[in-house]
Amino acid sequence: MKIGEMAERFGFELLTTPRNAEMEVEGGYASDLLSDVIARAESGNVWVTTQTHVNIVAVASLKELAAVVIVSGRKPDEETIDLAKTKGVCLLGAQSPAYEVAGRLYEAGIRGSPK
Amino acid sequence: MSGGSDSEEKIHMQLPIRGGDFSKAGEASSKIKNILKQLGVSPAVIKRVAIACFESEINIVAYANKGQFSVDITTGEIRVLAKDEGPGIECVEMAMMEGFSTAPPELREMGFGAGMGLPNIKKAVDWIKIESQVGVGTELEFKILFGGGENG
Ligand SMILES: Nc1ncnc2c1ncn2[C@@H]1O[C@H](COP(=O)(O)OP(=O)(O)OP(=O)(O)O)[C@@H](O)[C@H]1O
Ligand SMILES: [Mg+2]
Repeated sequence: MKIGEMAERFGFELLTTPRNAEMEVEGGYASDLLSDVIARAESGNVWVTTQTHVNIVAVASLKELAAVVIVSGRKPDEETIDLAKTKGVCLLGAQSPAYEVAGRLYEAGIRGSPK
Repeated sequence: MSGGSDSEEKIHMQLPIRGGDFSKAGEASSKIKNILKQLGVSPAVIKRVAIACFESEINIVAYANKGQFSVDITTGEIRVLAKDEGPGIECVEMAMMEGFSTAPPELREMGFGAGMGLPNIKKAVDWIKIESQVGVGTELEFKILFGGGENG
């Protein structure tokens, strides 16, 4: 599934306009611990998190993640959104909490790694 | 990089890192990553370099006043010396253990404090050395060989 298609299908808010809307989402990862994401997320993953701090942009950029879905209706501050725009990181917002979002994505075929 | 011949090609860089400046955290690591991409280093190796650089950069931003990366790249390896002026680490052995963290609540709220940074670095590198002096600062040095990844 492509990023743009995923955002539309699940009603994610576009916190940044995705530059990579046509990029294929390759699996997903859910965590609120940055070092855990750094160790275990794979490039092309969609990252489901409650974190909103500017560091999520650096992590997403470094790991070449497809998109970050910020859950539970939490809103990143302006600094985070501005840096995401600069770095071309796709930030999406979901009203539902993490378990629900990850479950829906999984159901739609976006799987995690079982390890 | 293909072949095993050691040419004389070398790149040396100094990249400053500012303590407390989270909006710039990751920039030094990104620069290194982009250079290795241009050099044609294998993606598997670049991933390991990116993890090690980022975790050490973030630790400097989170804990130290200021620091810098001294980077040396040859055809066969990358060597990074991450040196900071800061509080230092009381017990390096404990700091290297997964789960050990002194991150205060403000850092934990930002998603730090799993105590995984240094263990992540250790797993990613081929060689590591840490020296730290309380009240002075920390020197973390690591080396990653380019030979290990798939397609060289
Ligand atoms: N450059 C540094 N200066 C001072 N203390 C440091 C430095 N780097 C690490 N430490 C100390 O070592 C501990 C462990 O570091 P490590 O990176 O493994 O975990 P963390 O930063 O606490 O959490 P995480 O990296 O998972 O977000 C830190 O909590 C801190 O006490
Ligand atoms: Mg750390």
